[in-house]
Amino acid sequence: MSQFSLENAVLNEVCPSGESWMGKVKRGQIFRILDLEGNQAVDTLFYNADDASERYSASDTIRRQQQLYLEKGSALYSNLGQVMLRIIDDTCGRHDTLGGACAAESNCVRYSIDKRHMHSCRDNFMHAIAHHPYSLELGLSKRDITSNINFFMNVPVSANGDLHFADGISGAGKYVDLQAEMDIVVLISNCPQLNNPCNAYNPTPIRLLVWDAV
Amino acid sequence: MSLSTPIFLWEELVPAGHHWSGLIRRGTVLRLTDIDGGANVSTLFFNPEDKLERYNMADSLKAQHTAFLTTGHVCYSDMGRIFCSILRDDAGWNDTFCGLSDSAQVQAHYGEANFGQVRNQMYRNGQDSLLIELGKYGLGLRDLVPNINFFSKVSCDDNGKLSHHPTHSSAGSVIDLRFEMNSLVMLSTAPHPLNQASEYSPKPVLLSAYRADAVADNDVCRTQCAQNTRGFILTERYYAI
Repeated sequence: MSQFSLENAVLNEVCPSGESWMGKVKRGQIFRILDLEGNQAVDTLFYNADDASERYSASDTIRRQQQLYLEKGSALYSNLGQVMLRIIDDTCGRHDTLGGACAAESNCVRYSIDKRHMHSCRDNFMHAIAHHPYSLELGLSKRDITSNINFFMNVPVSANGDLHFADGISGAGKYVDLQAEMDIVVLISNCPQLNNPCNAYNPTPIRLLVWDAV
Repeated sequence: MSLSTPIFLWEELVPAGHHWSGLIRRGTVLRLTDIDGGANVSTLFFNPEDKLERYNMADSLKAQHTAFLTTGHVCYSDMGRIFCSILRDDAGWNDTFCGLSDSAQVQAHYGEANFGQVRNQMYRNGQDSLLIELGKYGLGLRDLVPNINFFSKVSCDDNGKLSHHPTHSSAGSVIDLRFEMNSLVMLSTAPHPLNQASEYSPKPVLLSAYRADAVADNDVCRTQCAQNTRGFILTERYYAI
């Protein structure tokens, strides 16, 4: 679609590998997360731009659609049962909302206690909420860090309840488009995890784009 | 684990659809008994010394490579520690990704029955029930994260489509939670949000507490996976004097 060109974007930024990013998406606007080099997990949280106590809820999103995976057509629900955004296009095919974000503390459990000092998504979230003006406006703290979406990450669950982290299904140039149904603040950690295949052991940059509604 | 009948320190009945909270100390087992069958216990854990430390669904699932919780699994905090270990789970599956019923859903599904009409038989929902208990400790909506629904089974097919299993837990089913940390326990016995029963029909749950045996080196939860062994080490370090 021609209206979704880089020239027409009202926001066009690159988030380097392993860094955090925050942005605003107004109601009706389209937000694209573009996997520039492929197999990059993008840990993402959404907040109501007017009141961050309303935020993305993994359990509402799963329960209200009775569906574990996110894909084109999925609605992303808040903890108050409102649709925050909808996935209106998706060239990847499946996104995870069970696996959460890596953290220094959970890395100790999952891999080895001496992994505590490796960079992690929660450290990215903590850095962003301490510094970013959008966070300071909303008064975000650790209380507001809840179960997130992992765009471009593949976490299949079997009928008997096994869960595993599969190799990514994303590739260079894959993207997901979300249309906002309320004014949104986005908090992203471009995942720096080096201990599992969620980033193909090679974290890479992503591009964030916003277009006005047509 | 002792094979003899435990000596209970106390017992308390949580009536159908009600809510409860309390401090359960490290070294105590909290037993949940589904008296009638078909119970649901929506539950969250917080560290009373630092209430920012709370149950973490994602960390619990990915550390143990499971989409549900049962015997041998532990309930992780977001700080790499273990609130409690599941020593016994007769029914064999506890949901942790569906969240809570809320007032709009309960009203839409079951209609309205308020206190003025039916006194304490009023229709309660999981979200408001946990918010009431959270509020007693200075916590609120921002602290409400994906919870555990004990006694409830929700599985998915290859495409991720969910199925709730309404007859999963039979009368007399027991879950024993051995607490590895001092924990604020918040719970609601309102129905599971995917319960399709036409009538509002929550179930009562009996809480019983007993003193835990020391965690053995071959403990079923500690040895479940290398991740849990590290989780126990990190939890023991937190309480090391």
